[in-house]
Amino acid sequence: MPTNSESNIRLDHQIILDLIEPNAKVLDLGCGDGTLLSLLSKEKQVRSTGIEINEQAIYQSMAKGLTISHGDIDTGLTDYASKRFDYVILNESLQQVLHPQTVIFEALRVGKKVIVGIPNFCHIRARFQIFFRGKVPVTKQLPYEWYDTPNLRFLSLKDFRKFCKKNSIKILKEIGIDNKGIVPFRPNLFANAGLYVLERN
Amino acid sequence: MSESLGIIETQFCTLFEPPHELALKSGVKLGPITVAYETYGQLNKDKSNAILVFHALTGDAHAAGFHKDAKKPGWWDDMVGPGKAFDTNKYFVISSNVLGGCKGTTGPASIDPKTGKPYGLSFPMVTIDDMVVVQKKLIDHLGIKRLLCVSGGSMGGLQALKWAVQYRDHLASVILIATNYRHTAQQIALHEVCRQAIMSDPDWLAGDYYGKSVPARGMALSRMIGHITYMSEKSMDEKFGRKLIGKEKVGYDFSHDFEVENYLKYRGDSFVQRFDANSYLYLTKALDYFDLSEEGDLATVFKKVLASFLIISFTSDWLYPSYQSKEMVRALKANDIDVSDIEINSTYGHDAFLVEVEGQSKLIKHFLTRIEKQPHAHK
Repeated sequence: MPTNSESNIRLDHQIILDLIEPNAKVLDLGCGDGTLLSLLSKEKQVRSTGIEINEQAIYQSMAKGLTISHGDIDTGLTDYASKRFDYVILNESLQQVLHPQTVIFEALRVGKKVIVGIPNFCHIRARFQIFFRGKVPVTKQLPYEWYDTPNLRFLSLKDFRKFCKKNSIKILKEIGIDNKGIVPFRPNLFANAGLYVLERN
Repeated sequence: MSESLGIIETQFCTLFEPPHELALKSGVKLGPITVAYETYGQLNKDKSNAILVFHALTGDAHAAGFHKDAKKPGWWDDMVGPGKAFDTNKYFVISSNVLGGCKGTTGPASIDPKTGKPYGLSFPMVTIDDMVVVQKKLIDHLGIKRLLCVSGGSMGGLQALKWAVQYRDHLASVILIATNYRHTAQQIALHEVCRQAIMSDPDWLAGDYYGKSVPARGMALSRMIGHITYMSEKSMDEKFGRKLIGKEKVGYDFSHDFEVENYLKYRGDSFVQRFDANSYLYLTKALDYFDLSEEGDLATVFKKVLASFLIISFTSDWLYPSYQSKEMVRALKANDIDVSDIEINSTYGHDAFLVEVEGQSKLIKHFLTRIEKQPHAHK
């Protein structure tokens, strides 16, 4: 993921940072080493909680002074009361969960808004590899071979929009991004990843 | 860098002097009560850096540093000291022996002032709730109004939990390690076997063995059972396997063949030297009686709680399994309480809470650093 060279903040993190209001209550599902939550705490004084499965990542998150719960995204949300958070963030984690539909529904239950970041498996370079080379795409943004990928779900921005429509989920914002920045034109073809702000209709 | 606290002396104070006896949960009154305690580090000017730690079933007030001429340090020396998890360069750490114990605090082996003889079974039944009331009195006695943190593993965790509910205005945070909010049937059953081992020893004499021979066989047996529950199948296998003791072949008789047999015997025998049988009976009973959810489900009980929590459990701990910690986490989250939790990967079983120092130290240090900065922590 590209970074903003001045502040050294990842582009997707910068976009999420701009989306969230100060003092919001935020839950980050699959918070990793806590980089995003730590940024949100510093810049927006959010009250944050992270859920993370990896023990070492929890140590790193705790070192950043964060509140972290050990667990997996597929089951971790049932503990929370409805509309407990202003934002639930699912950045680069949805494609790795077992039950993405349940997770999104649960996220929409506990959060007033949900921010989802997904990789776009139908980027033009990926399409090119499938069409001309007859192989499952391996690109900079999708670096895994079929046998070592942590990804369980393969979707495009279009697939995600369709999913939201079918399930009466309102897309408040769609932001396509690539290596250089925001992709305003035909993101399903040119964006490596999409960031969505969702709300229950 | 981490170093030892050096020589530490246990201190004593007398609380609940008649006519201000402690009204125990059972309804019986008890007093005076002597409390053995130790402190490490310096209490700061506004008395805002105090941390109370609680020992497990057979622990004592001596958590850290060395007693004069002792070879072994206190039971939590790996975690309490300069630069350690509970950093005594920053915090004032207090540790006391529980009510009903036998390491300086009033318990069944203490002299009943009314008779001039050891209490024995005339000592009233004490509970975790009662232990906590005594600890609060000690904190009052030390002039501390609000603790930065209360923390303990196993039985110590139950006390920390009770503190969180009972004295919510007097603490900022709670660290629970390898513990539960109530004993399950299996935990009670294991304790009952341990108690029966002692009570069926002819030397027990219905608790009136003081000045005579102690129920050594029962105590040793009880401790052997205990030690099995503190380890995991894997840690036992790694430590002993099927190794034989000083022989090439098994003896085909009932003498000890395996190292694990020897280890348990050693543990059992050394326990007889250092602990009081009646105290063990009373404390295990206190553990079994404890049920934080007795007045309503856990989520309702936690409504009262204000503290931030750190809850640690271990993958191979089958005595206080991780799912029990998760139940507490769930009930805290339901109440919107700040809780961090982790299940540390370890093969050491329940013993992990004393052994897995590195991971726990990182978590506790960072957690306490955050708590210190929270605005309410100093109010």
